[in-house]
Amino acid sequence: MPQTIVTEELEITGRSGGAKPPSSSGGEGDDGSSGGSALPQRVYVTGITIGMGAILMFFMALVSAFIVRKGVSNDWRAFDLPRILWLNTLILLASSASIIHARRRLAKDDREGFHQWWAITTVLGLFFLAGQLIAWRQMVAAGLYVATNPSSSFFYVLTASHGLHLLGGIFALLYVGWLRLHKLTLSTATEVASLYWHFMDGLWVFLFLILLLGR
Amino acid sequence: MSSHAHSVHHAEAPKGFIRHYIFSLDHKIIGTQYILLGLSAVTIGMILSVLMRIHLGWPNAHIWGFANGIMTPEDYLRTVTMHGTLMVFFVLTTVPQSGFGNYFLPIQIGAPDMAFPRINMLSFWVTFLAMIVLLAAAFVPGGAPISGWTAYAPLSSIGEIAGPGQGLGQTLWVVSIALFCGASLMSGLNFLATTIDLRAKGLSLMRMPLTVWGWFITACLAVLAFGVLLAACILVLLDRLAYTSFFIPGGLSVSGQLLNHSGGSPLLYQHLFWFFGHPEVYIAILPGMGIISHVLSTFSRKPVFGYKAMVYSLSAIGFLSFTVWGHHMFISGMSPYSAIAFSVLTLVIGVPSAIKTFNWLGTLWGGRIQFTAAMLFAIGFVSLFVTGGLSGIFLAQPALDLYLHDTYYVIGHFHLIMGVAAIFAMFAASYFWFPKMFGRHMNETLGKIHFWCTFVGVYSIFMPMHYLGYEGDARRYSSTEAVHYMTEMHAVYLFISIAAIITATAQLFFYWNFFSSWIKGKKADQNPWHGTTLEWSVPTPVPHDNFGGKLPIIYRGPYEYSVPGMADDYVPQHLAPELVARAK
Amino acid sequence: MGLRKSCSGSAAPAVLLAIVLLILVGSTLYFHIAKTWWFPPAITPVGHEIDQQFMITLVATGIVFVLAQVALAYLVYAYRDHGQKARFVRGSHTLEVIWTTATLIIFVGLGVMAQHAWGQVHFGGPAPGALQVEVTGQQFVWNFRYAGPDGQFGKLNPKLIDASVGNPLGLDPNDPSSKDDIVSPDLYVPVGRPIELLIRSQDVIHSFFVRELRVKQDALPGLVIPIHFTTTTTGDFEITCNQLCGSNHYHMHAMMHVMSDADFEKWEQQQEAQNAQ
Repeated sequence: MPQTIVTEELEITGRSGGAKPPSSSGGEGDDGSSGGSALPQRVYVTGITIGMGAILMFFMALVSAFIVRKGVSNDWRAFDLPRILWLNTLILLASSASIIHARRRLAKDDREGFHQWWAITTVLGLFFLAGQLIAWRQMVAAGLYVATNPSSSFFYVLTASHGLHLLGGIFALLYVGWLRLHKLTLSTATEVASLYWHFMDGLWVFLFLILLLGR
Repeated sequence: MSSHAHSVHHAEAPKGFIRHYIFSLDHKIIGTQYILLGLSAVTIGMILSVLMRIHLGWPNAHIWGFANGIMTPEDYLRTVTMHGTLMVFFVLTTVPQSGFGNYFLPIQIGAPDMAFPRINMLSFWVTFLAMIVLLAAAFVPGGAPISGWTAYAPLSSIGEIAGPGQGLGQTLWVVSIALFCGASLMSGLNFLATTIDLRAKGLSLMRMPLTVWGWFITACLAVLAFGVLLAACILVLLDRLAYTSFFIPGGLSVSGQLLNHSGGSPLLYQHLFWFFGHPEVYIAILPGMGIISHVLSTFSRKPVFGYKAMVYSLSAIGFLSFTVWGHHMFISGMSPYSAIAFSVLTLVIGVPSAIKTFNWLGTLWGGRIQFTAAMLFAIGFVSLFVTGGLSGIFLAQPALDLYLHDTYYVIGHFHLIMGVAAIFAMFAASYFWFPKMFGRHMNETLGKIHFWCTFVGVYSIFMPMHYLGYEGDARRYSSTEAVHYMTEMHAVYLFISIAAIITATAQLFFYWNFFSSWIKGKKADQNPWHGTTLEWSVPTPVPHDNFGGKLPIIYRGPYEYSVPGMADDYVPQHLAPELVARAK
Repeated sequence: MGLRKSCSGSAAPAVLLAIVLLILVGSTLYFHIAKTWWFPPAITPVGHEIDQQFMITLVATGIVFVLAQVALAYLVYAYRDHGQKARFVRGSHTLEVIWTTATLIIFVGLGVMAQHAWGQVHFGGPAPGALQVEVTGQQFVWNFRYAGPDGQFGKLNPKLIDASVGNPLGLDPNDPSSKDDIVSPDLYVPVGRPIELLIRSQDVIHSFFVRELRVKQDALPGLVIPIHFTTTTTGDFEITCNQLCGSNHYHMHAMMHVMSDADFEKWEQQQEAQNAQ
């Protein structure tokens, strides 16, 4: 047994005399080299990326429940989705475009243009939410409530969950828009908010397709 | 020598009791809060288990706290539910990860704090709220729910018609778990962002202590799994309150009353629940694995045997944990063909677990073992992990699960490997890190007495449960009187009950030790165990600003013990090469 | 080093640990070899196959259990701190490969071996001519329904469920094939004949379990799940519920009577006579 034991050479060589910068090229990714400053800006991007992963898992659970529940029983009744959802989808897509534009303005140091487009994005987001509420009103008018049928149950669950997450996005937009941050911080803040906003947009398109095709 | 000057975002400790100790942003205070929350949860959970054991051992005994001193069948099931929920969520999920992880992860990676201190504080307070809501369920009309910690639909989703406690009590239970999911998601996000972005210069992934690896992989699991449970909770809540039919099939007649639901799938609930539930058991044990590797290495005065194998096996367990949930459902009516895939994957997950065990033994081999209380608990963990793990090889085979499923065999299995093993890791962590957290040592003698009582005690409680399983005795039975073959086993029930009462009483050694040492324990040095990782490089107790504004630089791996040619038998990670004393 | 003084120099903890671990191993071995508490004898061919698989698994894991616990006891004793220097060893690639491969082969091998018994229970239906019995779980009783002479189960209507008028399953009296259905609180089956149980529930999840059959199956509301077996021995066996179903879960108990063909026929005729009244 002993002869099979590997003993590596310890990494303390100390040969160079001075403080040899610790090796960071382990091929194992990042070594946290900016640990010397206060919170590095990228931590916010990391955070929102992980957050989006978690949110995606939540929605994937709902969507797989949707697919299983539809397949498992014969009580599923298809219904016509409220037409306004198409308009809402367009509004949300437009808001994604406008947030891109806002970030471009910011990159060109055009604060005024940035704030304009940022405000437009926020308003479009609010329009989308209002449109979703109208869609709910139309559902109710058609006699489709939460418990009417699993198809309508899932419609309400998916739109409500998405709407709440998007409302969070609107608060983020308002927060970023209202704050007067210096350029570095503002750039990160808008990056984080716009990542989330695009995610909400893409998520909605995905959910809309599921609702549309999975009816 | 670059001494990274930096501006910590809250270098000054906040003034005032409330900001300092209650709504604190300091990861160390939050970690301590989590540990104290877990300590209260484990206390309640343990008392509940003792009540169950008294009832099973002496069915006619009058038990304080119940109407007329009688524990009715529903009282028993309420106790089962609360015991399981408190232990799984508020102890096993909370303490090793959010408790010790919060306290030591930032320090061990050389960070001033968690990435998002406000989210960290929010996670704790939402967890706290979740526990209050859960405990409130015991005091509402109808009392606590009776559907166990798994809350299978439709028992959990058709309301009070299903039984006492299934009304408001069950609703509060679901709300509590949903809140807990939210808190765990935020906490997991924080752990991941912190580990990814805030590591000190030089701390490459393969230089991270195995504790950090344990917390990191656990956080990955938490972030991916808790969202699924949250979705399940929302759907159960809608079934209960909005009369939807996600999980409730049609034509149910409960207590002679026809329910107005149709087409729901109880199996769907089980899939969602166990998709979360299986990663969850690894959420409970992976931080423990990290802690045990850490403690074994320190007190064997040896590097962890096969560090890389430890990291890879940890990651493999994390990954595979998402592919094995169906082994909880072999007899549920799920497709018998998918059972084969789940069975093989489950047996495969045993391989990285075995690798870890062998490497722990390898770490002990050739060491200079110091039997501190922390080390004893770590060794105990290895023994429990082997015993509890091997019974899993039986349960992973659907053909054997046909018999053993939902018997006491399962109770013995998961208590050893998930419950008690994780608790042993928490005890090891407590004895090991107490000096760093509170500046004082816990009493070693009391700690050793505590270990012996607990180690012998838990084996006496849980080994006989396997034998009850061989006899086919079903779990969650408030009484054995209706089943002849269960009544025959009364001597074993009695033995387990006596062992449980003694073992639970022996925990007083720990409580006494913990609180009295906090006040008047022996003062601790900065590095009492001669450890190598960063938590031993900061003063004891740790100041509000962990590294006093000077973030450390890492020069080497985490477990450089007994390095040939060195004056000391440990070489700290942060010590610059020219400062390392060489043997003469 | 103050640490060395306080934590070592004494072999007591090492000896004690070793003793406790050896007692654990010894008692576990004893109870398994003496079979102090053990499975009741199986009464089906599949049951015997499952028992055999259990024994194989027991031997394989038993060896690992004994080796690992004894190794742990040995290591803590042999390497207790008595002033020696710890070996500086980081690991062994060879060992990692050996034990990874070995455990993979053992564990997956066991899993593959077990699939046959599982297939016997769940793949493929019962032999033709099997006696069908419908098993219904409800809070907190079992009911067993036989199709009667016409060989057809009558329609059920959940609206008609009323145990107080003797219709716990909601048999529809308007369906002619329901007239001769036999509903019994206990399960009666003839020995040696293939039996198919159709397991269902009318409220929450229950689980049908007879130890001697070595088979457990959840009764899922909304689904009918078949299981099948052929018994080799007559006798009376206990049926329990194994899935938490409410307050009186522990009390959900029935009997399975495995009888000779003649006895079974006699029982069937009695039931039909009662039905006719």
